[in-house]
Amino acid sequence: MLDLDLWKEILSALKQNRMRSFMTAFGVFWGIFMLIIMSGAGRALENGVMEGVKAFATNSAFFWTERTSIPYEGFQRGRRWNYDNQDIEYIRQNVREVEYLSPRLFGWQQNGDNTVRGERTGAFNIYGDYPDYFKIDGWTPVKGRLMNEIDVLQKRKVCVIGERVVEVMFDKEEDPIGQYLKISGVYFQVVGVIHPETRINIGGGKKEETIIIPFTTMQTAYNYGNVIHFFSVTAKKGYSVSGLQEKLQRILKERHKISPDDVQAIGSFNIEAEFVKFSALFTGIQVLTWIVGIGTLLAGVIGVSNIMLVIIKERTQEIGIQRAIGATPAKIITHIVAESVFLTVMAGYVGLSLGVGILEILNKILEAAGDEVFFRNPEVNLTMALAALGVLVISGMFAGLIPAKRAISIKPIDALRDE
Amino acid sequence: MIKLNNIHKSYEMGSSKLHVLKGIDLEIEQGEFVSIMGSSGSGKSTLLNILGMLDNYDEGSYHLAGKLIANMSEKKAARLRNEMVGFVFQSFNLISFKNAMENVALPLYYQGVSRKKRNVMAMEYLDKLGLKPWAEHMPNEMSGGQKQRVAIARALISKPKIILADEPTGALDTTTSYEVMEILKEINEIGITVIIVTHEHDIAAMTQKIVRLKDGRIHEVIRNGELSEFRYKYSKELQPA
Repeated sequence: MLDLDLWKEILSALKQNRMRSFMTAFGVFWGIFMLIIMSGAGRALENGVMEGVKAFATNSAFFWTERTSIPYEGFQRGRRWNYDNQDIEYIRQNVREVEYLSPRLFGWQQNGDNTVRGERTGAFNIYGDYPDYFKIDGWTPVKGRLMNEIDVLQKRKVCVIGERVVEVMFDKEEDPIGQYLKISGVYFQVVGVIHPETRINIGGGKKEETIIIPFTTMQTAYNYGNVIHFFSVTAKKGYSVSGLQEKLQRILKERHKISPDDVQAIGSFNIEAEFVKFSALFTGIQVLTWIVGIGTLLAGVIGVSNIMLVIIKERTQEIGIQRAIGATPAKIITHIVAESVFLTVMAGYVGLSLGVGILEILNKILEAAGDEVFFRNPEVNLTMALAALGVLVISGMFAGLIPAKRAISIKPIDALRDE
Repeated sequence: MIKLNNIHKSYEMGSSKLHVLKGIDLEIEQGEFVSIMGSSGSGKSTLLNILGMLDNYDEGSYHLAGKLIANMSEKKAARLRNEMVGFVFQSFNLISFKNAMENVALPLYYQGVSRKKRNVMAMEYLDKLGLKPWAEHMPNEMSGGQKQRVAIARALISKPKIILADEPTGALDTTTSYEVMEILKEINEIGITVIIVTHEHDIAAMTQKIVRLKDGRIHEVIRNGELSEFRYKYSKELQPA
């Protein structure tokens, strides 16, 4: 292959027909370019979404209550009901598959501004939580600390707040730690400012607008009795969340006199199942990308093959001369295939570089846009780039092989006659 | 050197068959200067192509330098052509994007001779044909006579035993034609067999032996001594009836 004359000939042949070579190469260029861009975009969507959920415990499940749909044991359908502290106790003691269990209460966000500090007011999502919650849905303290067990045990009036809450309720230079917020009539001391690690949001609203207070404090201070609105669990290693989810549903239905056949009364979902759906979706996107990309590439390669056929036709006489003065068929085939591979690989290389370059620029723009975007790190891994290059070389060879076979099937004598 | 025995050749033209050569018996010795003549369609080019191993024959036998030339692989034929035969064509058939020197050096490239060595040899041959100053010129920058001389240099560089020329003067004016014939004569004098196809009588008259084809058969063979008679007949043919 390292034959100077061969390359000289290939280059001069391509140079003779700049426009045609360019247009042919463009087909391949476009194919690989599209493949890279689409794959990168698909990957970026995946990264964006996965980045948003990666700090979320994938072995977790969530439970809330809905109205019953089947009359049972003397109760009519349509009954409203709630979980209670005894449920949690029971589960903690009897269900050994549970790793973390974190009950939650929702505050009244719907009733307009619920938080006051001097002249400032704001409407935020108030949650009463256990510290275990942070092990399921990750948060990082930006300032101060997270909530802890002692806060819950002593029913302390403390809160951790999201960054948006800080913006609304405090001056820019003010340090919120140690300050007090009046939440629905009760004063709470701010002990931490927290930043969400995931973008999965339970309960609606923006995660930055969250105020979390100790669960026990909330239950007592706002007269919830032993009511629980919602709870999250994670399964211990080796147990499936779906199994745990079903078991808990069965237990809860029994404890609250709900028909075992009622599918509506207990609202729940598990992240594991959602993750499987997500993964399938992204696999689907990648597969689709490859199908479309390879299709486009194939069209480009067929273009190369086609143009090589035209080139052969034009050079029939030249090939005839070469064969008359001693070029073996192998030499002719090598020449044509090398030319085709060269054209394909050059075009592909340019497409590859440009595609990667554009993804890189996109990446810079996205990074500047911050982490609100569900689109992150558009990237093409090396394996994929190498695979694409391999596909190019092989397809270039095939694209050249058909015209080459045609070229040597012409007898030298016919080739020379062709005038 | 060349021994043809009852050579037949026909071409398929769709459904019909065109019988071009109908039994050619011909012997050409080493160092002869032969011209093949005949009206168009008489099979003279076909014969030359068979001699040059560019085409195969249907029937009979062809021995070149004692070797039977039949059913050869394309690879073997290519090598044999490269070693034994040099071609000169009517339309020169130089490769348009290579300069004179590169064109001349091409057969050596197929022999695997190194670039430096084959360029030196190409220059040598161009010098012999008085084209040294034109070595770097492309074919389209040269006159017909120059192009044909480049083609002859290319035919000679592989030191062939035979030069086959298909209408070498067909595209040239009379003066240039005679120059080219002079060169071919010189080549013949160093012992290379030269066979040309032509339909020009004056060109044929410069060779030692004329083979006249008619309808795929050898009509007559005129030898050296009889050429004067041929010249006489030729001039008579030119007289208005």
